[in-house]
Amino acid sequence: MGLFILRRLGVMALTAFCLTFVVFVLTNLAPNLEKLAKTQGNMRMTDEQVVSWLNENGYGQPMMVRYGEWLGVVPGWTGEDGQGRDIGRCVEPGQAVEDAPRRCGLLQGDLGYSTVFREDVSAIVGYRLGLTGWLMFYVMLVMVPMALIIGVLAGMREGSRTDRSLSTVSIVTTATPEYVSGVILIAVFASSVVGLKWFKGTAASAMNDITFENFTLPVMTMALYGMGYIARMTRASMAEVMNAQYIRTARLKGLPFRSIVLKHALRNALIAPFTVIMLQFPWLLTGVVIVETLFNYKGFGWTLVQAASNNDIELLLSCSVVAVVVVLLTQLISDIGYVYLNPRIRIA
Amino acid sequence: MEPLSWGAIVAQMFLQFTPVWIALVVTIALSMLFQKKLGLYGKLMGSGIGLIGLGLVLFWLFTALFANLIITHDPLAVISGMKNKLPGTPLPDGNDVYAYYLLGGDNLARDVFSRMVMGAREVLKIAPAATLFAFLVGISLGVPAGYFGGTFDTVLSFIANLVLAFPVILLFYLLVTPEIVQSGLPTAMAAVLFLFPIIFMCILWNARYLAQPTTRAIYIGTTLVIGLWLYLGLAFNADPLGIISMTPNVLIVFVSVVFVNSPTVFRIVRGLVLDIQTRDYVSAAKTRGEGPWYIMLWEILPNARGPLIVDFCLRIGYTTILLGTLGFFGLGVSPESPDWGSTINEGRRLLSIYPHPALPPAIALMSLVLGLNLLADGLREESLKD
Repeated sequence: MGLFILRRLGVMALTAFCLTFVVFVLTNLAPNLEKLAKTQGNMRMTDEQVVSWLNENGYGQPMMVRYGEWLGVVPGWTGEDGQGRDIGRCVEPGQAVEDAPRRCGLLQGDLGYSTVFREDVSAIVGYRLGLTGWLMFYVMLVMVPMALIIGVLAGMREGSRTDRSLSTVSIVTTATPEYVSGVILIAVFASSVVGLKWFKGTAASAMNDITFENFTLPVMTMALYGMGYIARMTRASMAEVMNAQYIRTARLKGLPFRSIVLKHALRNALIAPFTVIMLQFPWLLTGVVIVETLFNYKGFGWTLVQAASNNDIELLLSCSVVAVVVVLLTQLISDIGYVYLNPRIRIA
Repeated sequence: MEPLSWGAIVAQMFLQFTPVWIALVVTIALSMLFQKKLGLYGKLMGSGIGLIGLGLVLFWLFTALFANLIITHDPLAVISGMKNKLPGTPLPDGNDVYAYYLLGGDNLARDVFSRMVMGAREVLKIAPAATLFAFLVGISLGVPAGYFGGTFDTVLSFIANLVLAFPVILLFYLLVTPEIVQSGLPTAMAAVLFLFPIIFMCILWNARYLAQPTTRAIYIGTTLVIGLWLYLGLAFNADPLGIISMTPNVLIVFVSVVFVNSPTVFRIVRGLVLDIQTRDYVSAAKTRGEGPWYIMLWEILPNARGPLIVDFCLRIGYTTILLGTLGFFGLGVSPESPDWGSTINEGRRLLSIYPHPALPPAIALMSLVLGLNLLADGLREESLKD
């Protein structure tokens, strides 16, 4: 088991390395750097001014060297600005080059500086991830129990009327992406046209204070899309278990249906959905971006959009590291959890 | 003139869709008539869910085909005074076109109904084709990876997992920007991705007609001529006849969607091949002395078609959702474009005051994806019955 986890962690590191390199190359293509120079300097720069701005700010070196700087294996660039003050990748404003550390990158725990927010990346990512964490927490709190209940009720008696109607509901929710359900929910529950106005159509105030009124719609929007899929998987798993031999035995013994479902079937039926729920996290990431944009909740997804649309290289790199780690870590947890939940695999 | 009531709006819309209803009734009636001869598709007529799904999909397909007959106004035309007007509002006097905005006007005073109908064409122009390409790429790589295994398989699986670990939205934000289009990367990706269908077809014919050189030469020659002609036109916009072309905007959207979808298809195909290659008929073919490519493409692949057809339907729906996501973030397509994602994006700004411009495309997108999901469900059920 230990070796398995070690190998998976190794693959994870390699994947993260490859992905950040791809992101780095894509964000550092010449047209992107030119756009960055123009947004940071001014829009009417000439080509020579762009080149000199890039050289002054450390973007002039070869791409591999700068990727090494970001990783922290190559010493950071240093130089002087127009007024003769020392500047550099690792140099704080007003600091002399000699006092600054030579290397500062991912390995040293320094994620760099965001050009959009003019703040340290680690501070931004930490704060925004916290906000998204709350959103995710409530989504899971709503989505998982609802999906499991629907799935178990539907799979309990396969082909019954309850099964048909609940399955249709879950197909409908899987066919409704966040930007559709969000729009419909806002139109029904928050617009002045329908006039219900139960909830708020924006979650901006939820960043400081989460209330039922401002957080229901974003949470429901995300939970609905993910719910259908988990419910269908639970239904399939439950239906399979209900056809198993030991359930027939339990029935023939004359046990009441209620206790067959609760005591015999449920535990075995919930193994497969566990994997699905864990693998749902990467999906939620895209959902987070859409929902946070739609409801103006400035969490991680919103930051990713800001970083990407302004070509904020270091923020974007950190965002992709976080995203990749989340994806791979959930895969790892789901694999390990599956082994622990299912004795047949543990022994084999 | 008085604004139309809701009943009148629905009736008018029903009338506008007349060509679709006719085509729908004819198709379903013909399918019912020849049900016995149509195989899996014919069996679909007997399953309730599958039939509803098929109906929804065909509805949007015919809407896309007959969009020119259905629309009441030019989807890009602005008529002053109609900004954010409610559904059923009559046009100001002096306009001799259709007298009402059936579903109201958007915030640029364009007709919401016509834009929704034209949006179907935009979506159905890209989604099925992109899914097909993703399948061809996934199949041409997944079948040999599963069959041969070894280093080839390990490397390809690692790359597939790499792409899958990438958050889709981040990939889109990195790939679908004007700067990337400038750098020529989409053309390079298209050059690689669009090569797969041609290679696939050539290997397919080569394996089938290995013993008949003349037939083989005819098939491969035809494939190469047509394939390379399309290839030049689509990937490099250099069609010598000037018929086939793709604007850089559409190309980058198309390429990214294919790129995102093909690793999943690769994994599914690989899994299926690993399963099927242990069957007896594969051993029989090996004993007969068939070549590996013949076994892969003419023994294994046809037997994997059931799950692949079901996944194809689901995946068109997923691609539609992806295209909508792109439009929602305003990536790739031109801002004027009436595709559903962009229209929803435009409508969401004033959502709490004027929800009517955003709702029709949202419901349209949902019903198309729902139709595809139901169709896939019906197909799965019917194919499991034998």
